[in-house]
Amino acid sequence: MENAFGQPQNVVIFGGSSDIARAITKKLCAARAHTVILAGRNQELLNAAALEAQEYGATKTDTVLFDANDPSNAERTVSEAFDKVADQVDLVIIAVGLLGVQAEDQESAAKSAEMITVNVTWPVAALAEIRQRLVAQGSGRILVMSSAAAVRVRESTYLYSGAKAGLDRICSGLAQSLEGTGVKLQLLRPAVVRTKMTVGADEPPFTTGANEVAENVMRGLASNDDVIWSPPLLRYVFFVLRHLPAPLWRKVTNR
Amino acid sequence: MSPTTLSGWGRTNASVVTLRTPRNEEEILNEFASGEQLIARGLGRSYGDAAQLSGGVVLDNRALDAISPISDEGVVTLGAGVSFDELLAVAIPQGWFVPVTPGTRQVTMGGALAADVHGKNHHVDGSLANHVLSMRLVTPEGAFTLSRTEDTELFWATMGAMGLTGVVTSLTLQMLAIETNQMLVDTTRHGDLESVMSAMATGDADYRYSVAWVDCMTRGAHMGRAILTRGDHATIEAVKKVALKGPRKPKVTIPFEAPRGLLNRWSVRAFNEAWFRSAPRHELDETQSLSSFFYPLDGVANWNLLYGKRGFVQYQFCVPDAMGDTVVDVIKRLSESRVASFLAVLKRFGPGNPSPLSFPLSGWTLALDLPVGGDTLPGVLDDLDALVVAATGRVYFAKDARLKPDQVRAMYPRLEEFRKVKSRVDPNDQLTSDLARRLDLVGK
Repeated sequence: MENAFGQPQNVVIFGGSSDIARAITKKLCAARAHTVILAGRNQELLNAAALEAQEYGATKTDTVLFDANDPSNAERTVSEAFDKVADQVDLVIIAVGLLGVQAEDQESAAKSAEMITVNVTWPVAALAEIRQRLVAQGSGRILVMSSAAAVRVRESTYLYSGAKAGLDRICSGLAQSLEGTGVKLQLLRPAVVRTKMTVGADEPPFTTGANEVAENVMRGLASNDDVIWSPPLLRYVFFVLRHLPAPLWRKVTNR
Repeated sequence: MSPTTLSGWGRTNASVVTLRTPRNEEEILNEFASGEQLIARGLGRSYGDAAQLSGGVVLDNRALDAISPISDEGVVTLGAGVSFDELLAVAIPQGWFVPVTPGTRQVTMGGALAADVHGKNHHVDGSLANHVLSMRLVTPEGAFTLSRTEDTELFWATMGAMGLTGVVTSLTLQMLAIETNQMLVDTTRHGDLESVMSAMATGDADYRYSVAWVDCMTRGAHMGRAILTRGDHATIEAVKKVALKGPRKPKVTIPFEAPRGLLNRWSVRAFNEAWFRSAPRHELDETQSLSSFFYPLDGVANWNLLYGKRGFVQYQFCVPDAMGDTVVDVIKRLSESRVASFLAVLKRFGPGNPSPLSFPLSGWTLALDLPVGGDTLPGVLDDLDALVVAATGRVYFAKDARLKPDQVRAMYPRLEEFRKVKSRVDPNDQLTSDLARRLDLVGK
């Protein structure tokens, strides 16, 4: 069960070996999490993340291998992860995502499709199964990794930010549909995060490290806010940015 | 029945449950026969997740509302769903008061027994269990009459067990005779914690009721300054004697119609200041009504809404007499961390009772309300747990929404013994709650 501060005991994380997911897992384990199931596509990285979870206090960890490029496995993957918890699941994190290389992806039908499959189709398929299981439990929390970029699509990353926008909007609707079920869905909208995915890239304003995102997630779980921004100031920045006239928006984002 | 969202009084970690309202023991036995997991609930005044069970069945005890005539000796038999409010409405006009009362009348007898509630008179009279003569308990293995002579093991295991041994349907209580509906109260103000603690340690034995309101936000020389109120039921003679004394005018009106977010470090500090200044420095033999002495917050319905949608947690712990320094350490830690906390309640406990999970143990207890939302609060409370465990003290289940299971095992060393008794009447752990799951009190 989670406690009054939204700190869970049993956690399932899809995309569990990403830098952000690992930073969040560490903080959850340092708080109350004792059972952590990590799902992802690289066994070695998952094992390392599981070991790390144990170092931070988890007493039971396990891993599930899956490929987010194939949505037909979503239901099975979720079932497997939940079965491994063998108890109530307090928190499910969807941190599945693919940043891609815009310049290459936009020229390729297959790569464009993959961007949507990994960032939208697989998570949405998985959420259908997650929703059903948590609603039956009568309690639970879902945290979906969206992105600040989802709020307004930029031409320089339109596939990634557009895909996240799709996921973000579907999840907003899903969150509303969960009212009165005891289940809560929260969206995480971070700015650019320094990770292995962004090595070498220029750092736009509001770039943070993964630990800072994790810190904001811990606060967000306690607050029950529908959207967790990281850094929190972005909530107000994007309130302005999303209303900028298009030419001005392009000027701001294409510096 | 449609799914219902339930939470405790602190309005944190809500769950969706199936709520049913059984009217008699047979209906409760049928609930057990269905094989579903379940827990009983009264008026929902536990602060955390004790009376909810996500995905399970919650039995609302409010239909069990019978009140027997009160005998000449002050013995009364009550349905588990009877509230203190309902009982007192009948009892006070006949010259009887409850032997032990929590800080609100909006608690059912079943809930009070499950939490083994204590009052301002614990140092003299013990907790509620000490005044319960017998009870009816419905379990998966049948319904039992329990008393100090019939299955005493289960009788005591049920006290303070947060409903995990079964559903209490009725209980028989020894009431306390009173002559008037007035209290005779002495109030003193103390500039620091040491002064109030020594006053309590030396003088509480002279009073049936004693409680101190402690300011946990002031640092430095006045850390832990407090208002100590002590008293007893006023006799007719005493009321006559003090009748010529005019009532003290209230000096502060509490701004209860507060906007959301009002309760922050600064506003709470200002409130504490006003509260402290409004108390008399030294006043003896003041008469107060039972309500204003025992239930000052009952005049404000739904005061828990003041804390906004994030809700609040209450932290209450007790430590043995010899570990009184822990109280000082806790208040020091709180005042230094600048966590917003309303005046905390400090009390003396007398000896505990034979129950394995009952909270009180001889010594000190401190309770405080804390709004959820401060970034440092979860960590600060974890630190306090460690202090309490080191002092061989414990935290109160009825208030908890955030303990760690391993700390609970240290705080309640007789947990295994309790589990053995429970398994006799509930071998499949049908009786559980969100609290029990979170703290590993019973099997999954």
